[in-house]
Amino acid sequence: MKTVEMPKMGDTMVEGKILHWLKHEGDPVKKGESLAEVETDKVNIEIEAFASGVLRKILVPEGNSAPVGSGIALIGAPDEPLPEGMGGNGSAKVPVSTPVDLAKGEKTPAAAAQKPGQLLREETGPAYLQGAPQQAGVQPAPSPIGEERIFISPIARRLAEEHQLDYTRIHGTGPNGRIIKMDIDAALAQMQAVPAAPVAPQPEAAPVAPPAPEPVQVPAPELAPAPIETGEAVEIPLTTMRRTIARRLGQSWQVAPHFYVTSVIDTGKLADLRRQINEYAEKDPAPVKVSFNDLVIKAVALALLRMPQVNVSFAEDRLIQKKQVHIGMAVALEQGLIVPVLHNVDRQGILDIARESHRLAEAARTGKLRPEDLSGGTFTISNLGMFDVDSFTAVINPPESAILAVGSITPTPVVVDGQVVVRDRMKVTLSSDHRAIDGATAARFLQEVKRLLEEPFGLLL
Amino acid sequence: MAISNVTLAGLTQAQLLEMHYSMIMLRRFEEKGAEEYTRGKIAGFMHLYIGQEAVGIGCISALRPDDKILASYREHGLAIAKGMDPGVVMAELFGKITGCSKGKGGSMHMWSNELGLLGGNAIVAAQMPMASGVALAMQYQGLDTIVACFFGDGAVDEGAFHESLNLASIWHLPVVYVCENNQYSMGMAVQKAWAVDSLLPRAAAYNIPYEQVDGMDVIKVYEAMKRAVERTRSGEGPSLLEIKTYRFRGHSMTDPAYYRTREEEQQWRSTRDPIGIFEKKLLELDLATQAEFDQNDARATQVAEDAAEFADNSPEPALEELYTDVMADNSTALSYRYERK
Amino acid sequence: MRTITYRDALREAIREEMQRDERVFIMGEDIAGYGGTYAVSKGLFEEFGEKRVRDTPLAEEVITGAAIGAALGGLRPILELMTINFSLLASDQVINNAAKFRYMFGGQPEIPLVIRMPGGGGAQRGAQHSQMLESLYGHIPGLKVVMPATPYDAKGMLKSAVRDLSPVLFIEHELLYNVKGEVPDEGVDYTVPLNRGEVRREGQHVTIITFSRMVHVTLQAAEDLAKEGIQAEVIDLRSIRPIDIDLVLDSVKKTNRVVIAEEGWKYYGTGQGIAALIYEYAFDYMDAPIQHVTSADVPMPYSKVLERAALPDNSYIANAIKSIVPPALVRS
Repeated sequence: MKTVEMPKMGDTMVEGKILHWLKHEGDPVKKGESLAEVETDKVNIEIEAFASGVLRKILVPEGNSAPVGSGIALIGAPDEPLPEGMGGNGSAKVPVSTPVDLAKGEKTPAAAAQKPGQLLREETGPAYLQGAPQQAGVQPAPSPIGEERIFISPIARRLAEEHQLDYTRIHGTGPNGRIIKMDIDAALAQMQAVPAAPVAPQPEAAPVAPPAPEPVQVPAPELAPAPIETGEAVEIPLTTMRRTIARRLGQSWQVAPHFYVTSVIDTGKLADLRRQINEYAEKDPAPVKVSFNDLVIKAVALALLRMPQVNVSFAEDRLIQKKQVHIGMAVALEQGLIVPVLHNVDRQGILDIARESHRLAEAARTGKLRPEDLSGGTFTISNLGMFDVDSFTAVINPPESAILAVGSITPTPVVVDGQVVVRDRMKVTLSSDHRAIDGATAARFLQEVKRLLEEPFGLLL
Repeated sequence: MAISNVTLAGLTQAQLLEMHYSMIMLRRFEEKGAEEYTRGKIAGFMHLYIGQEAVGIGCISALRPDDKILASYREHGLAIAKGMDPGVVMAELFGKITGCSKGKGGSMHMWSNELGLLGGNAIVAAQMPMASGVALAMQYQGLDTIVACFFGDGAVDEGAFHESLNLASIWHLPVVYVCENNQYSMGMAVQKAWAVDSLLPRAAAYNIPYEQVDGMDVIKVYEAMKRAVERTRSGEGPSLLEIKTYRFRGHSMTDPAYYRTREEEQQWRSTRDPIGIFEKKLLELDLATQAEFDQNDARATQVAEDAAEFADNSPEPALEELYTDVMADNSTALSYRYERK
Repeated sequence: MRTITYRDALREAIREEMQRDERVFIMGEDIAGYGGTYAVSKGLFEEFGEKRVRDTPLAEEVITGAAIGAALGGLRPILELMTINFSLLASDQVINNAAKFRYMFGGQPEIPLVIRMPGGGGAQRGAQHSQMLESLYGHIPGLKVVMPATPYDAKGMLKSAVRDLSPVLFIEHELLYNVKGEVPDEGVDYTVPLNRGEVRREGQHVTIITFSRMVHVTLQAAEDLAKEGIQAEVIDLRSIRPIDIDLVLDSVKKTNRVVIAEEGWKYYGTGQGIAALIYEYAFDYMDAPIQHVTSADVPMPYSKVLERAALPDNSYIANAIKSIVPPALVRS
């Protein structure tokens, strides 16, 4: 018994409708004779028999459609038994001979179908930039969420990223203010860059409070545009620096889930150590005065060494754990906050740290900070202790994952051995990015910082 | 059954029987191809030679094995007539690596350097200028090989037809141009397309000897082709044959042939079938028997089946073949100086 | 070394190849007795005779098809089409046959064919005789498309083309035929590869990619700008397909700025194609968008002043360069 299948008459045909059977059940059929008239998507055609015999069964009646490859009739010898279920009535279920037509032709397994795309991808495109270091993981590119848009040419951006230079602070000399390679080269070659960095915003805090005891006055490098008086208020246009601070702070706040851990540190022994160090330091060939903040910087550096899990950047699908410790210290200028960076603090002695922090503060004040002084930080410390601030929380400085807010040293009544005594205490609050750092880690870190500050000989050893 | 010493057109009985087999071979092959097409094994365009067997067999029988042929896209018959293995032809139709063009050509693009089959051309009449060129090469090299160029009535209206005949004529090129006039170029009837209903004036315009032949009679075709070939091979220049034939099926597999009537088709099929005409002639002249015809038919049917099976079992081309054979030196659009991974 | 014209260099190449290989012959309209519309084949008919130096009827389609057929039949034809404008009549044979045969027929045919034709304008020949259409053919897999700019390259590349087993479109330029340049002495058989460009001038500020007649215009512009301190690197592609991509990318990596100078039209042409390749493979090296100097997007006018305005000249190229080389860069 031969099954007559709905033939494929054209590339786009998927099914055909039987318009008219030219032969009826029981009619003899010769190979090559027309069996039926079929309607396809494009034309009406006649289908021919590929075998001779008798048309034993019509499986798809007139007016019905059948997919290409499915059985529509049976041709066989007059006395040949019909397959099961055919019976005598024409409305028996249609045995769908598996539309095997198309699949049968392919002897290679379906897995081979995976290959074309792969083969073609390998062929096209020379991998000209193999090894070019432009992965976005190192610094999440400051893709702006505000309307502010920074134009930068591809090579300039790449160079900036390679040198960990925050190009948002660089003035572009190309068309549309585009930052071009020349601008990055200049920035890297020790030309003045417009400083800007976000730290610890207090809603109404006056932007003062440097880590050094005296307030710092710096002539503004950029003239603030004149405020505009309207009837009910004064509009103060933002400088580029302020706009950038606003943008970066806003972004950091929105993107990183901040959580806070506070610790109270007894600074008695720290004060003693500081006094002793300074007694020595003023007689040093290069005399220097060490501040409390310098000691905090050292403590934090050592703690980061011991707990590198805090010295990280979050990069979407991985954490980038820095091998070096560079600590930024917030400096308040009239025109805004900047964060100069002390590099490799973990490897520096306390005197050197003090010297560097002085230098940076002075340079910030006089507008002489170099590009490398402003880049590369892995952790930031902000100190508002000189304003009698008890404690506060700071906004993380991206791409870092944590920032330490240091409050004032205050004489405080505490209970020791059942007695109420007065001790000098300092509150510190660690803000952490919960995507990169979890609670226990933050707590243990802060614990280590506290330990180093309360047993400060550890800073020297 | 009397065994006769009579020959026909100088061909022996064995040769005549072989001719019959060849025609039936073409017929069964094309029928099998049609069947496989409806099963989805063959895709794209397929143009059947059914009804025109006498033209292919008659013409190519008059050629030497080293003679070259160029054809249009209706070339399976010519390929097999020129000596291509039916399995290799079918495999090409199936798009398999064992096809004559490695599966990269399909029905319309068949080629064989050894057999002198130079395409398989799908642009109508484009083979005619090339045929002149191949003939030029034969002449230039002092060979007495000739070129036979097959084209249809549709090609006659292309500019290339005229340009080629003219060039062949002025340079006395050894090419026989064979027009397989099957009365229709796709849906355009020749009466509507040709300003004059014969190619005689066109041949005369280019000073080329011309003959019109009944394409349903393989012996007449053979003899006319022999005359043209001899003339051309002797250096007298090109010849033009107009062979009137008929295709029993539509232009291609998807053509329902609305432009002609079923009666007309029926008429040709029943009274002007070249195989039937040949068998009748052979029987009348006692040169063959029905049994021998049936034997040929059975053999041809089997060969066609075997060809389909061979094609079915053949592997697809490896994906690497996508990029091979573009340039003789395998160069690509980009020329590299450095290694790429 | 001696100094000869581009035209003479071509003729020498043809003659030397015909002497070297019996299968090489030339055909085209008016190339025999007339010596060729641009006198390239002058004298060859007298030297080699009718069989090998063939005048054809005025019929681009058949003479191109016949050249293809002759190549299929074992010869090495050099076909001359009078200009690239007329090649449009032959484009079916070139694109559908010459380019595809080898692939379509499973690697069996070989078409060692050279089609020579001048392209471009600048001689007030009018719109239908002044086009630069190489991009139509550069688009097609299966062809080689080359455009030599100097006599040295014309001779060396034509020899390579004749010896190449693939179909080669050899695009000259009417205004180049009289350009003089140095070639090796007679008797020295040298070839120039068909897949390599050449740095004509080194510089660090900007890469200019160009070919054919525009190479000379570009070099002039580069000289002018050098006086202002701008050092331009000029790359003569020599070959459109295949294109010497690494030569281009190396230079882009060095200068980070690109100007493409061509005579054709801007849209969907060779220049845009090259620009896309550069953006694709050297995006991270770009310091400015690629500048593209082309003919005006109009059919070529006849009038002298309009034609001059339509074609790109040194000043356009200089302006394009200056628009992307920051002055501060040059000063430092």
